[in-house]
Amino acid sequence: MLLELDAISKIFDSGTVALEGVSLQVAEGELLSLVGPSGCGKSTLLRLIAGLIQPTAGSVSFAGGKPETAFVFQEPTLMPWADVLTNARLALDLEHVPRREGEARAAAALARAGLKGFEHAYPRELSGGMKMRVSIARAIAARPRLLLMDEPFAALDEPARQALNDDLLGLWREDGLTIVFVTHSIYESAYLSTRVVVMGARPGRVLDDIALDQPFPRDERHRFTPQFAAAAAKIAAAIKEKAG
Amino acid sequence: MNMLWKYALPALLGIAVVAAWQGAVRALAVPVYLVPAPSDVWAAFLGDAPSLLASLWATLEVTLIAFACALVGGVALAVLFSQSRTVEAMLYPYAIVLQVTPVVAVAPLLLIWVGYDHVERALVLIAFLVAFFPILSNTTLGLKSTDHNLVDLLRLYGAGRWQILWRLKGPTALPYLLGGAKIAGGLALIGAVVAEMVAGSGTATGLGWRIVEAGNRLEIAKMFAELTLLALLGIAIFATLSAVEHAALRHWHESVLKKDG
Ligand SMILES: Nc1ncnc2c1ncn2[C@@H]1O[C@H](COP(=O)(O)OP(=O)(O)OP(=O)(O)O)[C@@H](O)[C@H]1O
Ligand SMILES: [Mg+2]
Repeated sequence: MLLELDAISKIFDSGTVALEGVSLQVAEGELLSLVGPSGCGKSTLLRLIAGLIQPTAGSVSFAGGKPETAFVFQEPTLMPWADVLTNARLALDLEHVPRREGEARAAAALARAGLKGFEHAYPRELSGGMKMRVSIARAIAARPRLLLMDEPFAALDEPARQALNDDLLGLWREDGLTIVFVTHSIYESAYLSTRVVVMGARPGRVLDDIALDQPFPRDERHRFTPQFAAAAAKIAAAIKEKAG
Repeated sequence: MNMLWKYALPALLGIAVVAAWQGAVRALAVPVYLVPAPSDVWAAFLGDAPSLLASLWATLEVTLIAFACALVGGVALAVLFSQSRTVEAMLYPYAIVLQVTPVVAVAPLLLIWVGYDHVERALVLIAFLVAFFPILSNTTLGLKSTDHNLVDLLRLYGAGRWQILWRLKGPTALPYLLGGAKIAGGLALIGAVVAEMVAGSGTATGLGWRIVEAGNRLEIAKMFAELTLLALLGIAIFATLSAVEHAALRHWHESVLKKDG
């Protein structure tokens, strides 16, 4: 196990019970999707895993010590005053990686995210999809073992989203990292994941845990296979049944 | 709008107004102690140029020192506020009291206390008090305007509070600070002139005092010359600060980006 959530509850100061009794184990190398209705605590769960907030009850533990963790938000969340390369270098600068090396690593991450040649552009000069790529490059430049993504592609159009899904799968396979991915899209979770955790709202809790045993690598053609349709149907049914 | 229009249009208007003014004063034979013609103003300036320029310099000096102090003090206090809510809660009300109290009313007291031996110190203090608040309040607001997700991201990557301040809050606050500085530059000049006017006679040598003096002697043309110098000084200060703002923000901030192209 890479990480284990044990009977987590989170009650905010406002009194909102965002999560109640959530237990979840994530193994090394998984690409786990969290799906569920708005307000069921997906973002809260991700922030708990990252250690940005503390649980009210229960515990978050990491078997091998807290791994290098990177976070990708729904919005690109770039620093508008810094160029693309400087943005991608953020984690490296904070770790005091020497400037040369940091630049080289950030540039490599940008190239992998398909942004070669845009190193010195400013965020405002980029399209929404490109900004999201910068945000992903910034995350992978940190060489995380655990990548947390909160609806990273929600604001993008379908072709851009699918292209980024494929890029993400490539990164995941090459780097062997563990990804926890929040999405509203059943199809996205069915396409990407090794496992889908279905959550319910009020209070936020785990309703179902579905392992997807379809083969990798997956590509565009996978979207038209019966296995894909079956997986999507299974996730949809879980959301509908358990929530109702 | 292209550059030619941006500068040519106001310049043309200015020339037209001055010409009309000159023509009207001459045609109606208005006495020079009521409304001087532009040529009279020019003559008054030439007649006393060295001492007027010395006064201009004196006012500029007070303004610049006060502005620099306001900049350093306002930013330092805003940073302190951003690091400690307790300090902010304790001091901010007093900063507001300073701001809402008309400084002109306090000026005579400050002149007695601080300016007894060194009038220029009192002048600087008064101008500083006027200029300080917009920098403090704007910078405080700017330091609070950071993207919370970015703060979280920096924390996740191990940044401490000073790194968050330096890498995130500072750049976020910069446009606010520069906006405040633009206001403060003009206010420092106003503060300096008001202080000179209140300080009056003797040791004060700035344009504020010279205007009072010219008024007392009914030297209206000279008064106009002094007013014009002050206006030019104000414009120069504003233009300099605008240029600094533009240079600092041109790559990224909405306020200075061209709409197209
Ligand atoms: N900082 C906070 N303070 C108070 N309540 C909060 C806070 N953050 C989240 N909540 C509440 O906790 C609940 C879960 O929020 P969360 O953002 O985790 O949901 P989500 O599943 O990510 O929703 P969405 O799909 O809309 O992003 C909501 O009711 C929300 O209002
Ligand atoms: Mg969310």
